[in-house]
Amino acid sequence: MLEIKNLQVKLEEEDKQILKGVDLTVEPGTVHAIMGPNGSGKSTLSYVLSGRDGYEVTGGSASLEGEDVLELEPEERAAAGLFLAFQYPVEIPGVGNMTFLRTALNSQRKARGEDEMSATDFLKLVREKAKSLKIDADMLKRPVNVGFSGGEKKRNEVLQMALLEPKMCILDETDSGLDVDAMKLVSEGVNALRSEGRSFLVITHYQRLLDHIKPDVVHIMYDGRIIKSGGPELALEVENNGYADLLEEAV
Amino acid sequence: MALPQQKVDATEARLSSMSLPSSKGWLGKAREDALSRVRLMGLPSRRDEYWKYTRPDTLVQADAPKAALFNIGEAPVFSGIDRLHLIFVDGVFDPEASDDLELSGVSVELLSQVGDKDIHWATGLYGSLEQDGQSPVQRPLAALNSAYATEGVLIHVTGAAAKPINISYLQRDETSDACLHHVIKLDEGAKLTLLENGPAAARLNKVLEVDIADSAEFRHVRTQGRAHERRAATHIFGRLGERSVFKSFTLTANGVLTRNECVLELTGDSAVAHVAGACVGDGDFHHDDTVFITHDAVDCESRQVFKKVLRNGATGVFQGKILVNQVAQKTDGYQISQSLLLDGDSQFLAKPELEIYADDVVCSHGSTSGAIDEESLFYLKSRGVPHAQAMNLLVLAFLAEAVAEIDEEEIADEIIGRLTNWLERRMS
Ligand SMILES: Nc1ncnc2c1ncn2[C@@H]1O[C@H](COP(=O)(O)OP(=O)(O)OP(=O)(O)O)[C@@H](O)[C@H]1O
Ligand SMILES: [Mg+2]
Repeated sequence: MLEIKNLQVKLEEEDKQILKGVDLTVEPGTVHAIMGPNGSGKSTLSYVLSGRDGYEVTGGSASLEGEDVLELEPEERAAAGLFLAFQYPVEIPGVGNMTFLRTALNSQRKARGEDEMSATDFLKLVREKAKSLKIDADMLKRPVNVGFSGGEKKRNEVLQMALLEPKMCILDETDSGLDVDAMKLVSEGVNALRSEGRSFLVITHYQRLLDHIKPDVVHIMYDGRIIKSGGPELALEVENNGYADLLEEAV
Repeated sequence: MALPQQKVDATEARLSSMSLPSSKGWLGKAREDALSRVRLMGLPSRRDEYWKYTRPDTLVQADAPKAALFNIGEAPVFSGIDRLHLIFVDGVFDPEASDDLELSGVSVELLSQVGDKDIHWATGLYGSLEQDGQSPVQRPLAALNSAYATEGVLIHVTGAAAKPINISYLQRDETSDACLHHVIKLDEGAKLTLLENGPAAARLNKVLEVDIADSAEFRHVRTQGRAHERRAATHIFGRLGERSVFKSFTLTANGVLTRNECVLELTGDSAVAHVAGACVGDGDFHHDDTVFITHDAVDCESRQVFKKVLRNGATGVFQGKILVNQVAQKTDGYQISQSLLLDGDSQFLAKPELEIYADDVVCSHGSTSGAIDEESLFYLKSRGVPHAQAMNLLVLAFLAEAVAEIDEEEIADEIIGRLTNWLERRMS
């Protein structure tokens, strides 16, 4: 599904190397988790994959189902099935959440040569998905993320994912800021999407999320590299002992 | 103070190219008074402080600069709205194309037909609200209009108008120079919505005087026509009675030069005045909104909301003033002017002013200039929205606060539709 080879990335504006050779292969239908200390480059990896400005790829490659994603515009990556649930979802005053969701869905359908969804079908679909995430009608009417609480923003990200049905979902700390119940809702939302053709890359600091969304593989990122990969037990090790031992081991 | 000789010469040069229309009745006196105001003030020149950001030369000179006709092949705005439709072509009323001047709750007359009467309800309003609006800042082009206008409508609203009146201004002549003067009088408790659209002429000088009695409500929505080369100087003079409402929204797109002045006086307690504008300029266009609101009564509210989207060398100007006189306690005044500059070639010039003599008031104003928010743009694109469409969404979002000033949903939707079409044509 997603194949990242020796990916090296620096900031465009500064001479600062952030990713120093990331190797990562996510098979179709699997859930991979990335953990790692603050500032190790997890968000940078997710931004670079989704095409945000401000980074320069200095080496390596990244492909989605064999297609070089780094060559594509952000909207083309989305249409190709890549989705990033932002660590910090953006507030857009003046753009209604419903307008946003419908524009996004129809843009992707159009890009894939499918018909646009009718207003009534869309409404039905959104209501159904929103209900399962306990997102009320008021949140759908408001401008995108404006005045949403931290947890509401994260649920709104998962709602977008549920609507757009991407193939490769990257969740950047979607669990942070969620209360216990919301974490359950969000996890259920994610688990409902798990399928043979869909993969997940879940960035998190906490084992707790991984109790709900069971990963197949756990990676530890440090200083712009994946320093260790393993099974779910790796997350438990981090939870219990922190990163110190792992870092030592890697050096 | 004597006028500079240069100004006298320029004024006389313009006046000598025109002849004062003769009116035997009430209008004759109003014209002569207006003409003497013009001579006293002189026509605007580049040196005038009030014209610092906008060059008045082509509005003042004798001949209207040529303006190519512009056909966008789109159904005219407001077509879908149930309305009384009046049409002026190059500034001249077209009775064939217009509806009959009949509307329940309203009497509609043509300026061209009633000037010779001995008495008329518009006496004491025509040129008079304009005259009141000449102080403390002079607006000579409006006085020029009062003196020379032969076309326009006089609307007396006695109840709730059964439907909106829509005046459409068509341009068929590349050199037309139109001068239109409308007077609207709303009796106590009366209600009217006025819609205006179209370029009108190569050059337009338009005055709208509105007298709003106690508890009356006047709503106004206009679009100024996308003709690239048109020029316009427009003035609205409004006087508001107790608990009355005045709400005006203008959409300005293109046009080489547009100066819209709005001069309001809140004379009755608890009156509400909102003036809003959305300007979109992509190219060598200049849009100037100049607003002057005077609070002369207690517990009144005024709002000015102006948003300008500028690209490819477009210039936006905003001069807005709230004057709160000593009697006007409990005034609530708000003013915001913002521009979205889509490139480095465009500019926004703003002069927001507050002058307050009462102590118990809440007034705020703000003016900003900014670019498209890159974070928002990326967020939209990361969800699959193509660049051009994402830009359009953000531009519409920027303009939304101004469009939200339109009360009637159906009319607001028309405006949003126009903006969307404009964006799709210009930006992609
Ligand atoms: N635009 C930028 N300007 C300057 N430094 C940046 C920028 N983007 C990222 N960095 C730096 O790159 C490093 C990696 O940041 P990144 O946000 O990817 O970390 P992270 O692993 O997601 O951390 P966290 O767990 O705190 O979310 C950090 O040192 C950060 O300060
Ligand atoms: Mg991060």
